Amino acid sequence: MNYKLNYILHLADNALILGHRLSEWCGHGPVLEQDMALTNIALDLVGQSRSLYQLAASIQDEGKTEDDLAYFRDVIDFKNVLLVEQENGDFAQTILRQFLFDAYNFHLYQKLLKSSDKQLSAIAEKSLKEITYHLRWSSEWVIRLGDGTEESNRRINEAIEALWPYAGELFIPATYELEAVKEGLGVDSASLKELWSTEIKNVFDEANLEVPEESWVQKGGKNGIHTEKLGFLLAEMQFLQRAYPGQEW
Amino acid sequence: MENNLEQAFQAKIDREEKIEPKDWMPEAYRKTLIRQISQHAHSEIVGMLPEGNWITRAPSLRRKVALMAKVQDEAGHGLYLYSACETLGINRDTLYEQLHDGTAKYSSIFNYPTLTWADIGAIGWLVDGAAIMNQVPLCRCSYGPYARAMVRVCKEESFHQRQGFEILLTLSKGSDEQKNMLQDAVNRWWWPSVMMFGPSDKDSPHTARSMNWKIKRFTNDELRQKFVDVCYEQAKVLNVKLPDEDIKWNEERGHYDFGAIDWDEFWQVVKGNGPCNKQRVAARKKAWDDGAWVREAALAHSNKRSERLKNKKVA
Ligand SMILES: [Fe+2]
Ligand SMILES: [Fe+2]
Repeated sequence: MNYKLNYILHLADNALILGHRLSEWCGHGPVLEQDMALTNIALDLVGQSRSLYQLAASIQDEGKTEDDLAYFRDVIDFKNVLLVEQENGDFAQTILRQFLFDAYNFHLYQKLLKSSDKQLSAIAEKSLKEITYHLRWSSEWVIRLGDGTEESNRRINEAIEALWPYAGELFIPATYELEAVKEGLGVDSASLKELWSTEIKNVFDEANLEVPEESWVQKGGKNGIHTEKLGFLLAEMQFLQRAYPGQEW
Repeated sequence: MENNLEQAFQAKIDREEKIEPKDWMPEAYRKTLIRQISQHAHSEIVGMLPEGNWITRAPSLRRKVALMAKVQDEAGHGLYLYSACETLGINRDTLYEQLHDGTAKYSSIFNYPTLTWADIGAIGWLVDGAAIMNQVPLCRCSYGPYARAMVRVCKEESFHQRQGFEILLTLSKGSDEQKNMLQDAVNRWWWPSVMMFGPSDKDSPHTARSMNWKIKRFTNDELRQKFVDVCYEQAKVLNVKLPDEDIKWNEERGHYDFGAIDWDEFWQVVKGNGPCNKQRVAARKKAWDDGAWVREAALAHSNKRSERLKNKKVA
């Protein structure tokens, strides 16, 4: 049972942390339409995390709510990949983080449609429509920035250099993922590597960008070993619930 | 000639027909509208900042989603309004420049800080509430594109107002600390909200002309009175005290009397001396400047793309 809970929490944490990061852009985007697009994606992701936390809470069956899971766990309990907790940086960094993740998430959720868990596959079906749009949006922007000006090309290349080491973790399954695969609940993330690589290669080709060589992979997030950035994100996000516990808001 | 045009224009307005972008209009009408609509658009955009300030700290996932959606609505309002303004022959980039260099104004209310979560509720209840009072009559404004933009905007504003009220209602039923937060937020937001209707009628020289042109349907003081009347009743439901010792029912007038407005504070904030004027404009300017390379890249890419398509066709 534990593997199931952890697997769902892992999916939920990915969505919440990335959604939270994107929401930091709200009001500060490079142009109004893209400000709205960033917030739109943030809304989708936080919305997805809610469905997943609700499912996790029902699996856990301890009377907890989505908010208990989001607001009362600490860094070591969060199971999101390191990629999604990385700071927004400039627009290029935000776009690239989004693209690397969307390309993975899109194929993951497609396979989750066939999950043995009816509720999870229903969430996947609903989320997939949104994720399909996210991937299209982030792909288009990678192409724009890669192909655009010298400056945008330099910036997206810097983003690739900064974020590439965090991409590999997506494809290294945690123990709970492997068990979830065995039970037909989850997807073998290692098996998504090829689909992901093709997606990246196609878009990078169109964007005049080189796919980096395989390099050292930063990992640990799936098992609660995070970068130092996550603690600050949680401190901000959880502040009110922690300062005034047990209240309705 | 000009005179005839002007008479026909006014007659059209008097018949409650809409003025459309291609119609003849007096230069002063056009200028008044550009100033008003752009101020309104800038207010939507600058208004994203104080509320956006709490998105990352919203106390529950439900509230986080609702707040993001709300702030995003405001961005959408900004978009409609900039488009409406562009129909008068000025482009969005020029309007931004005016905001950034201080020649254009926006609603002073957004120059106040959001200090606690209750401020998010107070903004929804009072600021969106005041915006509705101002904007519902604008749905009947004589300028077609502005009137139509306002119809869409008003639907969403009333949703925002209810959402803000509901945040406060939840606090009003909570712990002492939450009730305290609620009262404190109302103390800070009440007077600036009352001031949102602008200077008193006697200090508002353009009101008569705007009413004649049916840009405005009610005077500032009429709208302000309506706002006070409505809020007084709602404050009772929230169990919160409006910070005005002089507010009381006037049987004869059929309205609530209320205390004197601190016009000195009002003009100080308009002049740029509010608690957050500098930060708000700086944040907008920073977003715009930091985004310059992104906009250039998008433009360069789309030019290259059409170039490539053209070459393909030729080949
Ligand atoms: Fe608005
Ligand atoms: Fe609003």
